[in-house]
Amino acid sequence: MNGTDLWTMLVIVGLAAVTVLTRCFFFILDKPWTLPGWADRALQYAPVAALAGVIAPEIVMQSGQLIATWRDARLFAAPIGAALFFWRRSVLLTIGGGMAVYLPLHLGLGW
Amino acid sequence: MFFQRANYTHPAFKEAARDMLPLATGISAWGLMTGVAMVKSGMSVVEALAMTFLVYAGSSQLAAIPLIVAGAPWWIILATGFCVNLRFVVFSLHLRPYMMHMPRWRRMLNGYLTADMSYAMFTKRFAHPGSTPTQWREEEAFLSGNYFVTWTSWMASGVAGIVLGNLVPASWGLGFAGVLCLIGILCSLANTPLRKLSALVAGGAAVAAYSFPLKLNIVIAIISAVAVSFWLERRGPVAWKKAT
Repeated sequence: MNGTDLWTMLVIVGLAAVTVLTRCFFFILDKPWTLPGWADRALQYAPVAALAGVIAPEIVMQSGQLIATWRDARLFAAPIGAALFFWRRSVLLTIGGGMAVYLPLHLGLGW
Repeated sequence: MFFQRANYTHPAFKEAARDMLPLATGISAWGLMTGVAMVKSGMSVVEALAMTFLVYAGSSQLAAIPLIVAGAPWWIILATGFCVNLRFVVFSLHLRPYMMHMPRWRRMLNGYLTADMSYAMFTKRFAHPGSTPTQWREEEAFLSGNYFVTWTSWMASGVAGIVLGNLVPASWGLGFAGVLCLIGILCSLANTPLRKLSALVAGGAAVAAYSFPLKLNIVIAIISAVAVSFWLERRGPVAWKKAT
């Protein structure tokens, strides 16, 4: 079995603090305050950029390499999931519809 | 908080819980896969449980797991978590007027428990912050009912994932449900032409810079997308900044 170590536990506590800090960022202090203009503007774009940066490699890469084939279930499930979201504005439909495309291709055809 | 009587006896609590219930399946699928991913990547059961219960943020957990396993410096791991959580910083600015009538510890506990779905549902139901104690009570009861369902389904499915971790073969690829959930959140946030563009730029940059150590590709993705958007903000038509 994998062992538990103190360093990992401390990092986990640190990540929990990051969750609290980011979710409460602007209402921790009683006094109203604003970010400098550039940071305020960056926050218009940084969240989508961060998420897209996490997601994109999960869709088009395999063990650190760009996938070379179009026969990959993810390439079909991801755009269909996104299209379903823009159709009905439902994250649940994105997950359900995306998996309904992914699983048959992945388990059935081995893509 | 859902353990306060004034909240869980309020009709808005039930209403919110009912609204959230259809989404619980999606959250559970994601929690299950995060649980499986933690155990499969080599974290111990204690560590995986601590992460599920304390961190309570699927996207930053998924981003942090490979870094923890690789033994990356702690400040890189926390900075990555912060970057992935940047959307919550924006949400918190929006939520401030709804929260300021509460004492700080209650604001922070409510804030900590309010994730993507609860935020979206809450701000849809209450488009404007209330100004009377009756409205405040209704808002807090609704928010509590919302995150009661989210929290419970996340924790239950996370624990189930950790327990089942060694039974579900990784080859099934069920973890892709987590990616689809993030795609849904991304699409809901990308509501202006410039934000859509910035998602495309960031996605491309993250793939191109993938070989950089320590997930620095995410930082590079953010910087390049923000730079491109800043540049186009000045030059492009005003309509690019408007929500679609």
